[in-house]
Amino acid sequence: MVRDDRISKELSRIPYAETLGLKPLLINEEFTLVMPFIETNIGNPTLPALHGGAISGLMEMAAIIQLLIDQDAERPLPKPIGINVDYLRKGHPKDTYARAVIFKQGSRVANVRVQAWQDDYDKPIAAMQGHYLLSKTD
Amino acid sequence: MASNDFIQKLWELGPTLAEHTPHGKKLGIKFVAVDKGRATMSLPYNPDLIGDPDTKVLHGGAVTTLLDQACGLAAIAGFDEPSACATLNLSIDYMRAAKPGETIIAQAHCYKTTKHVAFLRAIAHDGDEDDPVAMAQATFMATGLRPKDAKAW
Repeated sequence: MVRDDRISKELSRIPYAETLGLKPLLINEEFTLVMPFIETNIGNPTLPALHGGAISGLMEMAAIIQLLIDQDAERPLPKPIGINVDYLRKGHPKDTYARAVIFKQGSRVANVRVQAWQDDYDKPIAAMQGHYLLSKTD
Repeated sequence: MASNDFIQKLWELGPTLAEHTPHGKKLGIKFVAVDKGRATMSLPYNPDLIGDPDTKVLHGGAVTTLLDQACGLAAIAGFDEPSACATLNLSIDYMRAAKPGETIIAQAHCYKTTKHVAFLRAIAHDGDEDDPVAMAQATFMATGLRPKDAKAW
């Protein structure tokens, strides 16, 4: 299990995470990734609504960070093989949270499920299922 | 609306969707082309979108956003009447890492529409269509509202 400071350090090394404005957070000991509202994540200024791509980016990053947390040694970042995103509700112009659960971890491939929400965890705005290629342990 | 007028309006709408929305502008997405049920957009290499600092490869999320944007325009272009479209589902296979420094091109095709739902496929590549970076399958919902800034509609 890695400590919070390593999560922050990893995030600060990833330019895309900075571009989306992502911040790590621990809620009830569980790692949560936050995308505080910033104007540049708006995809539809008329509604207004967050860009689906930014919401997906948040969830993809949450999956990768969760995989890093669960691996003991420092290894190259997991690589995405495939993702499937369901958009369930409009992304309001406000802070958005994502939490990932590793559904199945194999030696080379991990299956991860991620939920994104705003006001209420039980009213997700999007859900993602993805599988990731892990680097070899040797 | 006559088909040619509709396509003409889409040529005006394309840059608005891709380049003038805050997130599209931030990432640097560019409108390339649109036709009935088809749309092409590009994403020039941008160091702010790097997902792996060791390899300088763009983050999957940036490719997802480009594919989502291209599919959105192709979905609008796939319906007979102008309507805003919202993503219902986006499924992406990442075949390989995008080459650092290269522009990514996304080509989306709306191959079927029902009254409210558009079904799409899209490909993202960095120069060679036969060597894709990613492929997407998506469904969009027509929300009935007119697309933003299409005031002439």
